[in-house]
Amino acid sequence: MSDQSSTDKLYNWLDSRFKLGAFVDYMSHKVVPVHSHSMFYYFGGISLFLFIVQVVTGILLLMYYRPGADSAFESVRFIITNVSFGWLIRALHSWSANLMILAVFIHMFSVYFTAAYRKPREMTWLSGMALLGLSLAFGFSGYLLPWNELAFFATRVGTGMAGAIPLVGEKLLIVMRGGEEVTGATIGRFFGLHVAILPGLTTVLLAAHLIFIQRQGMSEPLEWANKPESEKTYQKFFPHFAMKDLLVWLIVLNVLAVLAVLFPDGIGVIHWPLGEKADPFAPPPAVIRPEWYFMFAFQALKMLPAHVLFLEGELFGIIVFSLGGLIWALVPFFDRKSARNEGSQLYRYFGYFVLLFVIGMTLYGYMVE
Amino acid sequence: MKTIRLILALVILALSPVDQIAAAESNCLTCHRDFEEDTGPSHKITRDVHFQKGLDCVSCHGGDPTLEDMDDVRESKGYRGVPDHREVPQFCASCHSDAAYMRGHNPALPTDQLQKYKTSVHGELLFGKNDSKVANCISCHTVHEIGSAKMPHSSTHPLNIPFTCGKCHSDADYMAAYDISTSQLDDYRASVHGMALLERQDLGAPACNDCHGNHGAAPPGTSSLSAVCGNCHALEAELYNLSPHKNAFEENDFPMCETCHSNHRIIKPYDAMVGSDDTALCSECHSHVDGTKGLETAEGISMAIAELVAAHDQAREVLEDAIEKGMMTTDEEFRLKEVDQLLIQTRTLVHSYSLDSVLPKAEAGIQKADSVKTNSASLIDEYYFRRKGLGIATLFITLLALALWLKIRRL
Amino acid sequence: MPKNKQSRRGFLELLLASSGLATIGAVIYPATKYIIPPKTAEANLSQLKLSFSRKEIEDDPKKAKYFKYGRDLGIIFVSDSGELKALSATCTHLDCTVQHRPDLGIIWCSCHNGRYDTDGKNISGPPPKPLAIYTVKEDGDAILVSKEDA
Repeated sequence: MSDQSSTDKLYNWLDSRFKLGAFVDYMSHKVVPVHSHSMFYYFGGISLFLFIVQVVTGILLLMYYRPGADSAFESVRFIITNVSFGWLIRALHSWSANLMILAVFIHMFSVYFTAAYRKPREMTWLSGMALLGLSLAFGFSGYLLPWNELAFFATRVGTGMAGAIPLVGEKLLIVMRGGEEVTGATIGRFFGLHVAILPGLTTVLLAAHLIFIQRQGMSEPLEWANKPESEKTYQKFFPHFAMKDLLVWLIVLNVLAVLAVLFPDGIGVIHWPLGEKADPFAPPPAVIRPEWYFMFAFQALKMLPAHVLFLEGELFGIIVFSLGGLIWALVPFFDRKSARNEGSQLYRYFGYFVLLFVIGMTLYGYMVE
Repeated sequence: MKTIRLILALVILALSPVDQIAAAESNCLTCHRDFEEDTGPSHKITRDVHFQKGLDCVSCHGGDPTLEDMDDVRESKGYRGVPDHREVPQFCASCHSDAAYMRGHNPALPTDQLQKYKTSVHGELLFGKNDSKVANCISCHTVHEIGSAKMPHSSTHPLNIPFTCGKCHSDADYMAAYDISTSQLDDYRASVHGMALLERQDLGAPACNDCHGNHGAAPPGTSSLSAVCGNCHALEAELYNLSPHKNAFEENDFPMCETCHSNHRIIKPYDAMVGSDDTALCSECHSHVDGTKGLETAEGISMAIAELVAAHDQAREVLEDAIEKGMMTTDEEFRLKEVDQLLIQTRTLVHSYSLDSVLPKAEAGIQKADSVKTNSASLIDEYYFRRKGLGIATLFITLLALALWLKIRRL
Repeated sequence: MPKNKQSRRGFLELLLASSGLATIGAVIYPATKYIIPPKTAEANLSQLKLSFSRKEIEDDPKKAKYFKYGRDLGIIFVSDSGELKALSATCTHLDCTVQHRPDLGIIWCSCHNGRYDTDGKNISGPPPKPLAIYTVKEDGDAILVSKEDA
């Protein structure tokens, strides 16, 4: 057991300097509720793991990637053809990005439907919403960076939609594109956003999000409010839940590896072949599709008539989405019933509506072409 | 007020269809359209390039168009009516051979058509033998629907030329008196040129007139073949002219290209044309005992090409496998295109009939093809390496997950 | 019995440690290989620096050399005026490779005698379209070519 004593020695060495005692004591008392929906507790952790994968593979890609209209595409092609395992790093980065968005969405909806946003976790919900926004911004900005045909036209359409916002739209469009058109200047901006601004903001918000969770523990289900203490079951956060978390991470890593090796360019509608270099003068491809997680918004905006009431269709859509998003983000403050541990039918049905709308529009978007 | 009226009149004039303007000036169409069917001259004429450029009926047929009665027109001054078949060339030439007149209408158009026509087989028969069956201007250009060769509906547009000539030349009854074959159109359509022009619509491919000439239409003589085919197949002609075949063919009065490639039914050349066995064209003249190195050379060339083709096909097969496996093959695809070029060049060099010029080119092609094959094969190895690597990595991760799971169960 | 349990526990620890190390290895290995720069340490940019000098082009019997630009083959040559010009080298008729003919002052496709002027314009023979033009820049000894529209 000399092994044991050497770890003890290290612990004592650290403890005498950083006063770990209180922290260890705190962690060892932390518990996680056990119930039929416990599995959803893992999706936050999965999102975190995939984010770490993103950071690591992103840093690796940065070693060879060179932003700019005459180097971006060439450097990505260089990465996947000439750099050993470059294809793997790019495939991992792309797969992990998509899986992370998926995990984040599942995480969000599971929190919503268990009303885990209720008091006292309003700030956790809000920081989570901000992180979702950042994730989508990561996805949107990263998509352009290879400067291929696919990315170019999707970005032109995507930034074009921002131009429909009243008052600030045109200015916003020019700021986003770094000019009137999507050009090399746009790559510079998106690159800065993708590798500096967004990671910085995400780190701060993620830290806050995690501290909130550690401070407040996992939310218990609503129906536990009326349960006697004896019927509630818990597991220790450390080591039980932490190890299970790690186990889930390993499974995700395995899935990620299989997907990245077998389908380095993605599958079906979720794909990112490098293809041809972006050519602003080339005719746009027959189908310009946003990434799947923007599909519902894209499709909904496309389906709106030219005019709704006295507003332009697109503008109306943007207003409705902004309002909907705002209500969604502020739901902890509106839903007073859940705050009293009673559960609100109204907000549950609102959630079902949003979920069905998102899934329905996404599927419809892929079926109509 | 006056200027406004003038402008108005001009606008109305500009907006009204062409034929109405012309009709307003002459009475011809007013009457002729009444009794002629839709396919009659008065209806077809709107598609005619002359009519579109502002000429009208009187310009060719003469007479006084202001007269009301048609019989009076026939009696009127300068009326020329319908020319006889044999008079047509002069009829058209009265304008088309008049350089001064043509300068005022279409200065870019040559004025030597009649002169050339007289040298053609058609012209010789028409003028020399008074033959009224041979083609004159309107046989090819039509009447009242004459278009420039650039107009897609025109009988002289490249895509229509084979049928314009074929109208007479593939009609066995019509051609019976002339003792020439009538299979040209069918032969041409089966030829590499016919398929390129008519099926792929490659306007760069030759139609009848590109080899036979247009107004001076005649079979190219044996001696001029080199120039005719060499117009496009320059390198082949150049190589041939430096080869031992040139003198040999001339001495025997063999037409150069035609001897091996035939004339109208020129099919896409195939590699087995060259060789020493009985099916090869070479053995039609050469034998092992004819005192030349002919068959020996043919066999060498045939083998070199066969080797190159085999190397190319193998490289392509391996490359396609690599492409199918989703590997990045752009570089190798690019290099295979270079092999394609070398193969084309090697096949062209056949016309030198010399091993010394064929072999180095074939050798270069084989080398390049082999390297494409090797590189593609290593891409395929890479593909399996990735899968093996994945297998090992997944195994490790799965083992760790399993161990962790056991550990959790024990807590 | 406890002894058996002890050994099973020991086996589990061993399995955890070894598979853990192996997993770390499986992650580190590709990452390390990735960091080692490949033989050509840099991506080819859309502005391509040619591997030969003006002198080498001038010394070529046809005063021309070919270069690879992405998926395309290009030809660079010294024109009559002594200017360096670059064009796409694939004939617009069928896909043969064109060549420079300084003796005729043209770009020539030997397959069907297609001719282009030195600005790539198709002047005779079957080619239906002009050849695409590359922009050539000379920076000291270096020759840089790029696609005109990019």
